[in-house]
This record gives sequence, C-alpha cells and structure tokens, in this order.
Amino acid sequence: MCLGIPGRITEIWEDRGTRMALIDFGGATRTACLAYLPDAAVGDYTIIHAGFALTVVDEAAAHRTLTTFRELGILETEVGT
Amino acid sequence: MRYLTEFHDPELAVRLVDAIADTATRRWTLMEVCGGQTHTIIRYGLDQLLTEQVEFIHGPGCPVCVTPLEMIDRALAIAARPEVVLCSFGDMLRVPGSTADLFTVRAHGGDVRVVYSPLDAVALAEAHPERQVVFFAVGFETTAPAAAMAAVTARRRRLTNFTMLVSHVLVPPAMRAVLAAPDNRVAAFLAAGHVCTVMGTEQYEPIVAEHRIPVVVTGFEPLDLLEGVRQAVTQLEAGRTELVNAYPRAVRPEGNPPARRMLAEVFSVCDRPWRGIGTIPDSGWRLAPAWADLDAERRFDVAELTVAESVHCRSGEVLQGRIRPPECPAFGGDCTPRRPLGATMVSAEGACAAYYQYRRLAMVDRDRVDLTEWTVTE
Amino acid sequence: MTGWSCPAPLRGHDRVVLGHGGGGVLSAELVEHLFLPAFAPEPSELSEPSEPLADAVVLEVGGGRLAFTTDSYVVRPLFFPGGSIGELAVHGTVNDLACRGARPLALSAGFILEEGLELELLGRVAQAMGRAAAQVGVRVATGDTKVVERGLADGLYVNTSGIGLVPAGVDIRPARARPGDRILLSGPIGDHGIAVLSVREGLAFGGDLRSDTAPLHGLVDVMLAATRSGVHVLRDPTRGGLATSLCEIAAAARVGIGFTESAIPVRPAVEAACGFLGLDPLHIANEGRMVAFVAAAEADAVLEAMRAHPGGRDSVLIGTVTAEHPGVVVARTAFGGTRVIDRPLGEALPRIC
Repeated sequence: MCLGIPGRITEIWEDRGTRMALIDFGGATRTACLAYLPDAAVGDYTIIHAGFALTVVDEAAAHRTLTTFRELGILETEVGT
Repeated sequence: MRYLTEFHDPELAVRLVDAIADTATRRWTLMEVCGGQTHTIIRYGLDQLLTEQVEFIHGPGCPVCVTPLEMIDRALAIAARPEVVLCSFGDMLRVPGSTADLFTVRAHGGDVRVVYSPLDAVALAEAHPERQVVFFAVGFETTAPAAAMAAVTARRRRLTNFTMLVSHVLVPPAMRAVLAAPDNRVAAFLAAGHVCTVMGTEQYEPIVAEHRIPVVVTGFEPLDLLEGVRQAVTQLEAGRTELVNAYPRAVRPEGNPPARRMLAEVFSVCDRPWRGIGTIPDSGWRLAPAWADLDAERRFDVAELTVAESVHCRSGEVLQGRIRPPECPAFGGDCTPRRPLGATMVSAEGACAAYYQYRRLAMVDRDRVDLTEWTVTE
Repeated sequence: MTGWSCPAPLRGHDRVVLGHGGGGVLSAELVEHLFLPAFAPEPSELSEPSEPLADAVVLEVGGGRLAFTTDSYVVRPLFFPGGSIGELAVHGTVNDLACRGARPLALSAGFILEEGLELELLGRVAQAMGRAAAQVGVRVATGDTKVVERGLADGLYVNTSGIGLVPAGVDIRPARARPGDRILLSGPIGDHGIAVLSVREGLAFGGDLRSDTAPLHGLVDVMLAATRSGVHVLRDPTRGGLATSLCEIAAAARVGIGFTESAIPVRPAVEAACGFLGLDPLHIANEGRMVAFVAAAEADAVLEAMRAHPGGRDSVLIGTVTAEHPGVVVARTAFGGTRVIDRPLGEALPRIC
C-alpha cells in the first residue's frame, strides 16, 4: 500500500515556514517535505512516501538486521558440518 | 549502505528461506497486511520459495482497493464540474466507480491530474486562484500525514480554492475485522511497516493480547518479507504470541510523534465503509470539524451520494482472506485486470490481480519449463 | 446515480483515453479492433502477409524491397535531458526501418503547429531534426506544415514517414522468432522514459538522467555483417517498454520467452526513479535500444559485433526463446522464483502504493 523509498538528505531549507529537503535516491533526486522530521540532518537516510520524509533510517539497526541474516547462514553451516 | 540493495541479496535470501524451512513443521497461514508487501512477494516469487511452509493471505492493505465505491463516485461527480481541477495519486485514476473511472472523466473534458505529493495540489491551487483545486486524499496512516500537511499549508497560505475529498483508512480496525470473521484462518500477521513508521507499534499490543496472535512488523524489501515470515513462523512453532518489530531500521515504538500530533489535529476518527467489506467502525479519518471549510464533500454537496456495490464481485471476502480469488465466480472470466469488476483486480497490489498472474504462472509450471535452460550466468 | 450499477461499461471505452496511446494493451486493441478492420488491405498489393505488429512494412517494388513506416511524435516537454522532439522524430522512424533490417533512404516531415508557437523554438526543433538526419545520412525529402488555432494543439506535433532499402537475404520480423533463439539487448533500459517523465507532470527530478535517443541503423549494419540470415527479429522497445516488445514477439511468433531479470541492465538513477515512482523499468520507453532475437549458433558473433559498435557497447544476452508456454513471457527472478511478464495497460503512472 505504501511505497516508501530510502533516500539521503543532501540539502535542507525553509520554504515559507515549511522545512524542505533535497533527497538523493541514488542518482535521481527530488525535493521532499521534512516537516515531520525536525531533527533530521544532511547525510541522514530517510524513508519518503508521497513527498514526505517519515522516519530516519537507523544505520545501527540495519547493520544488526543484516548481521542476523548472515549469522543464520553461519550457524547453519556449523550445525551442518 | 543505501538500505535497498543490501536487502535484495539473493544469497542471504537463501539463508532466510533455509532457516524458515528448518523451523516450520507444518504449513502456516500468514496475512501480509499491506499491498506493497503482496507486490514484493509476487514480484520476487517469494511464495514459490516457501510453498511448503507458508500460505500467504493477501490482506486488505491496498487503499486503492478498499476506497468505497461511493467515495469514487463523489470524486467523479466533483471532477466533472467545469471549475474543478481534481488531483490524486496515479493509482486512483483507473479504479472504476459505478459507471466510470477518473480517466474517463478526463476524456469527457474533466480536469484530472496526477500528483506525487499533496503539496503539489496546494501549489496548483496557489498558481490557479480562478480554479477550484480538490485533492482526493486516499491511503492509510502512512499517507495521511501528507494530506494533513496539505490542509495546514493551504490554510496558512489563506487559499480559498483548495479542498480535500478525504477517504483515509486505518489499519488496526481492518485487522480486527479480519480476526472477527467466524472462518478466519490467519495464524499471524505481517504488519505494515510503513504505517508503523508513523503510528508506532503500540496500537498492535491489544490485538496481540486479545486475540493471542503474533504480529510481526515487517518491511518491504524481499529480505524484510522473509525475515517477517521467519519471525512469525518461529513464534508460531514455539507457541508464542508476541508483538515483534522486524523492521527496526525504520520503525520506532512511538512512530513519528510530530506526524501523529498533526493527524490528531486535522482529522477525526469516523466509521468508514471499505469497498467489498462493508462499514468498519472507527476505521477511517475525516477532516475534523475545525477544518470543515476544506471539506470538498461540503463545498460540492456530494455527501449524500451513495451507491451499493456489485453483487457478483466477492472482493470483500477476498480482502478478508475468506475466499481465494479463484473461488469467486467472476474471477478470470467476467473479471480480469483489463476488465475489472472489483477493485482487488484493478490495482497491481490487489489480491485478485496478483492471483490472476499467479494462475498463469501455475499454467506455465504445468508445462514443466526447464528454467535452467535460459538462465544467464554471465 | 443511485442504485447498483455494474462497473462493466468500462469494458468498452466510448471515447479515446490517454492509455490508448500508451503502447500497451489499450493501444494494441485499438489497432486490432478499429484500424485493422477498416484498413483491410488488398492481398495482391502487399508482398508479405500483413504484420501489423512489425515496426515497418516491407513492399516489393520493381525487384527490390522497400521498408515503409510512419510515426507521430507528441512529447511533452519538447526539449528534455538528452534530446528533443526533433531527434526523436528522426531516430524513431529510422529505428522502425532498422528493425526490418532496412537502410534508411528518405524521410518526410509533417508539422502540426499551434498558433502562437515561438519561431525560435520551432527553429531549434528543425535544427535538431536536420542534425539528426545528417548524422544518419538520410534526407528529409518532403514535408508539410499545418497551423491550428491556439489551444488546439500542445505547441507542436511532428509526423515522420520513412522508406528504406532491405538488403537481399534479410528477413527480419516478429514472427520469425524460433525456439532456441538467443535474446540480446543493446544496453540499459528506461533512460528515455524516465528522462522525459522527470520533467513532466511537475515531477522534478534532478540528477543525471538523460534520454538514450539514438539511431540504430549503424548497429543493425554491423549485426547483419556478422550474420545476414541469423538475425530473426529486431525491435526497438519504445512505448510500453521491453515488456511490451517481448510480449508482442511471443504472440506474433507463437513462442515462449524466458529471460533472467538480473541480466537486464538498468542504470542506478533509472532504478532509483522507478522505485520512487512505483514503476517497472520493463514498462518504460526507450529510444535508442535494440532487442534482437538471433539464431543460437550466431549469437556470440552478433553479440561481439554489437559490443564493438558505439551504440551497443553494453549489449548483453538476456534470455532464450522456448517452445513451451507459447505467447507467454516469463522472467526468472534473482531469488530463483518466476513471474509472468505482462504489457502495461496504458501509460505509466506514478503510484503511491
């Protein structure tokens, strides 16, 4: 239902009282509204939906998730051998 | 890290699938709530990798599919007015109302435009003070903050020619409606991760507690879906019923507090008919009384327009997971993606459209295609 | 509008909708059900069975074979990153000829201009056409101009028709795809459609997205130099994208098509834009790409020739034609699953879900 794509904040400005940002989606950039992320900073990754940044991606949590996936494999290999 | 390709890694997918296969002692029935998750499952063939372990029931989380017929008819009536520019997301333009879709209204002279952000509709109103710009606001809790900000921005800029036709819907009441069905088969939910980026996870705690059902907050990339399945199956096999966040890089327990505050200010909870399902109490948002001047239903006097739905289309039962799409008598015959009777056949995320593809795939498999023959290794 | 009424009337639109021009299912239905019955040809006048889905018709004229095609160009904006309607109008028609293996001889150019159009802008479009034609080595040999009242056209529309000569021994058309044929693609997909979309409908992408608009006759020349008879089908996947081209070829030749999704090159910027708009790169238009169906024995030689040509440097093998599941195109996903590939219904629309 809700297409949300991660992108990196490259620029932040105010447009008549509304916090806006330029988001880089990996080569394609577009502006998004940053009103709901008052603490987001340039360099942060956010998830954009319908032109709005809704959450800052937590890098440490992402690494933990990927590590879990990798360890699944390792544990399995150890069990298997 | 781009937070995208890392979660598409086929090698890690194999590990997750193996882990699920090692855990599952039987086939479990899971509902992925969100249409975007259905899309990922079909797009990457995840269901084909887990045929022994999981039956996916595609949930009601496609806002295009569940937008009530009468709301689409109201949009059509408003869009047909000569002074109106009706804006909505691209998804909505092909959804059939009683007699037409928004494309057809456009072909008959209506000014219907696709916007990416609701703020684009506000900008349009500002640039064209002589036109009445109406934003058709559909979607779940993920999309509603954008619409709320459009309302706030229009008021701040003192625009008198901007209104919204609001048909927002809420996920938890729909999950409760699924569970309340006497023939419910759903053993665990993969909750919609992007809804949770806004609303947080607390709202699922009562559902877990009252219905003793695992709820796993799940993301949208293929590895996210597999991880959601893994955590759901792990709980089910262990006999646990917990609320788990399998999408922690994006979802915090409290969600997005500024967005939630704005939603509470602009919208108020209302009963809402869901296409095919019927009215679910407290399952929608409409503009709060203080924002009534932005209500397109009032300005264009269409609130009384009501219609009943097709008796042939059983999309409501499909949306609740009570029947599979092929069990509907219209499926594949009278009703195809090209000629949809119900909205579940219209949207690419709709369960019927997804099954329509799936059935053709099964046909291909029956012919025993040697897939290795055309695998390119280069 | 009270009481139940079935949404079934949508089955037949009583007016043209935008999707009829999208190159997908609706466009095909218009051709099949409206135009073809009206234009049923005298059988003796054509040298081949009518192939409506081919890019150009081949006519036998005085012992030689002429390819003949026409195309209209209605792009908004008129200028976009990487080109303009002028280049498109030349390249598109040259490429339709090239898809029959024909060397372009001459083009016509018909202009429909809206009253009030700036002459400077028209001049730039004409210059772009002239440069593109000179680069191809084809003459714009005849033309026509009409002006309509302000508001009755969107600036300017161009129609070009083209004729070209088909070399002896060359027979390239969709119906010639055979089980076992290898499917080659001349480079990354989606560049043109995303570049145009990026500046349309207020969707302001920045970034480095450029149209791939380019003539393909030179690429076809080197492919035919590698094997004249082994090139069975050529197609430039324009509107409707690669998915539509493959579906139409599978239907025309009554064969199955299988390809590996991960083998299809997509630039990161295009992939990002598609992800962000909810579009499938397989459905996005290209204006300088070629998909080729080549006899298995000749595939390596053709691929090598393509890669040696500037227009095909990034050519890849993407799949194979099968005798199974005739008419159906199946992609193998990166995870080992499969999915049926369909044509888009109408035009590509950004979506939120």
